[in-house]
Amino acid sequence: MQAIQKYNAILTGNESVAVGVKLARVGFVSAYPITPQTTIVEKLAEMVANNEIDARYVEVESEHSAMAATFASELAGVRSYTATSSHGLLYMHEMLHWTAGMRLPVVMSIVNRAIGPPWNIWSEQTDSMNQRETGWMQVYCESNQEALDSIIMGYKIAENRDVMLPLMSMEDAFTLSHTTEPVSIPDQAEVDDFLPRFDLDFKIDPERPMGYGSYVPPEGPFMELKHDMMESMRNARKTIRKVTEEFSEAFGRNYSGLIERYRMDDAEYALIASGALASTGKYVVSRLRERGKKVGLIRLRFFRPFPDEEILSATKGLRGVGVIDRSVTFGSSGATAIEVRAALYGKSETPVAGFVAGLGGRDVRIEDFEEIYSHVESGDTGNYYINLKGVN
Amino acid sequence: MPLSIPEQELMEPGHTACHGCGATLSMRYVLKALGKNTVVSVPAACWAVIPGAMPNRTLDVPMVYTPFAATGASISGLREALDIRGKEDYNVVGFAGDGGTADIGLQALSGAMERGHNVFYIMYDNEAYMNTGVQRSGSTPYGAETTTTPVRKEKNFKKQQKKIVADLMIAQGVPYVATATVAYPEDMIRKVNNAKKIKGPKFIQILSPCPVGWYFSSEKTIEVSRLAVRSGVFPLFEYVNGVMKVTKQPSPVEIKEYLSSQRRFSHMSDRDIEEIKAYADARMHRLLEMEKNSASASAVQN
Repeated sequence: MQAIQKYNAILTGNESVAVGVKLARVGFVSAYPITPQTTIVEKLAEMVANNEIDARYVEVESEHSAMAATFASELAGVRSYTATSSHGLLYMHEMLHWTAGMRLPVVMSIVNRAIGPPWNIWSEQTDSMNQRETGWMQVYCESNQEALDSIIMGYKIAENRDVMLPLMSMEDAFTLSHTTEPVSIPDQAEVDDFLPRFDLDFKIDPERPMGYGSYVPPEGPFMELKHDMMESMRNARKTIRKVTEEFSEAFGRNYSGLIERYRMDDAEYALIASGALASTGKYVVSRLRERGKKVGLIRLRFFRPFPDEEILSATKGLRGVGVIDRSVTFGSSGATAIEVRAALYGKSETPVAGFVAGLGGRDVRIEDFEEIYSHVESGDTGNYYINLKGVN
Repeated sequence: MPLSIPEQELMEPGHTACHGCGATLSMRYVLKALGKNTVVSVPAACWAVIPGAMPNRTLDVPMVYTPFAATGASISGLREALDIRGKEDYNVVGFAGDGGTADIGLQALSGAMERGHNVFYIMYDNEAYMNTGVQRSGSTPYGAETTTTPVRKEKNFKKQQKKIVADLMIAQGVPYVATATVAYPEDMIRKVNNAKKIKGPKFIQILSPCPVGWYFSSEKTIEVSRLAVRSGVFPLFEYVNGVMKVTKQPSPVEIKEYLSSQRRFSHMSDRDIEEIKAYADARMHRLLEMEKNSASASAVQN
């Protein structure tokens, strides 16, 4: 994101998200409170109470119901939204599959938070990484501005006829959700030009009675429907690139598609990270550059669909790559490390090392990134936990 | 003489339900009363299978299939979205079995009723998880043998009394609560029509005998349904905005006659039958007391 912005507000990440929802002209919101998502839905409830947004807010009794109500409302033809975090997202899991399988382009915000036990409300991506096989697209935001813009872009991507899959947009607990940043709020008229009104072809209509989700035996179209979702997810990469370009033209903020390349032009080594962690990573990359290290950073914006091609081309000829995961994949390496290795396998000689860092909101410090870089510079291909302390 | 049951059919023949299925009759009568402008949401249930495989359908109204626990929330979302679209005249109906209502769907049901959406929730009560092969639910009555409460060397029949969701709905303050059963279609249709007049949540529990799971011969569905009411095991009532009315007085039929009509109770000792009778009597007494109290309360109001 290079363009110089004219900021017109100072907002937390959660306030930015709520403004994005309003600008996207969402008609239906249903949510259940969980820290640190709460200030998103509080803000939306307030907007409804002030007639600032023409939407209905349904205060459900659980996250499972939040997604069930959102899915049903979307199926009845209204642009719908929900937000959650952590255990709330896990509780929704079943309904995430159902919403994606029904091909409903819902957009949801996730404030990434750790999963217990022990209880922990701080930043970590294990909650959304657990949802990577649900058929939802996933975008990880680095700033409050991106959190706002990703709601608007999110609906446009999800509702594209070649995609028709739901999208979850992530922001880091507290680091973004509860921290203010200068933000540029676009004009409603400009957003309306960018994001057309929602009309679902197959919305519920008693004049055209249909069954939505009836069962399918093994020789029925079950496998074909799943394959079609897979193809749509694959093709969504094109739509994501196109929509981010259109967004850049309309609003002057360039999100460069599925990944962002930071100081990669002459890089020999790269770090790969997502979310607000990537900001610290960029800072460390600049410091290392001052010391003559030829290192850059690839910020993964989309995890689903996974940007295989972009990763392959961005790491071409590099002497080492270090992938940082702020999540746990028990019994294997980090979720992103697995994907990066799979994307490069057989096509690249570049060594890939995996790092798990910042679990449960633990700060990922400058020296942690430097330690990661020293592994990468040595051509390491191992997997490491960074900044582990002795347990008393 | 005008027809007491509307002629309109919104359920097509050719479905895949078992012979003598009470749940199928329940859907048919409810839709006759509601008419064409209706949307039905069904969770995992016999009714998720009855219409047959995609692309078959049995109903001439839109039918949304949802996961097991999602009925209450799905009708909430459907209702609000249809209202946003200006379709306030459409009926939104959750149609779920007893497992999907008394057990896994209870939280979502309670939430939807509490929020006061203008919806119908029909619980078709066949008193066990019939679609998965007759496992015990919270709504299974005391004494019933199911595949998870088998009577073998040990008489492990269900040892707890039926959780009666209609009573829970009354306790929660739902403005319209009623019970019905397939032996009395006019009564069922009249209740759905009365419910229609109320803008808010409506809950109707329909006893829907299941020949396969209750172990009776499939031509006996109506007879068994009628015996349930006449013996006082399943009282029919209508509870509208706090006013209780028992709509069918039990006739003097012994509970034993109802129980012996189904093999799921065949192991019952006289003492077990006494247990059921005591529970049924106490409940009927409670309902009649409520009726009496609401009559005197409305007399005071007048």
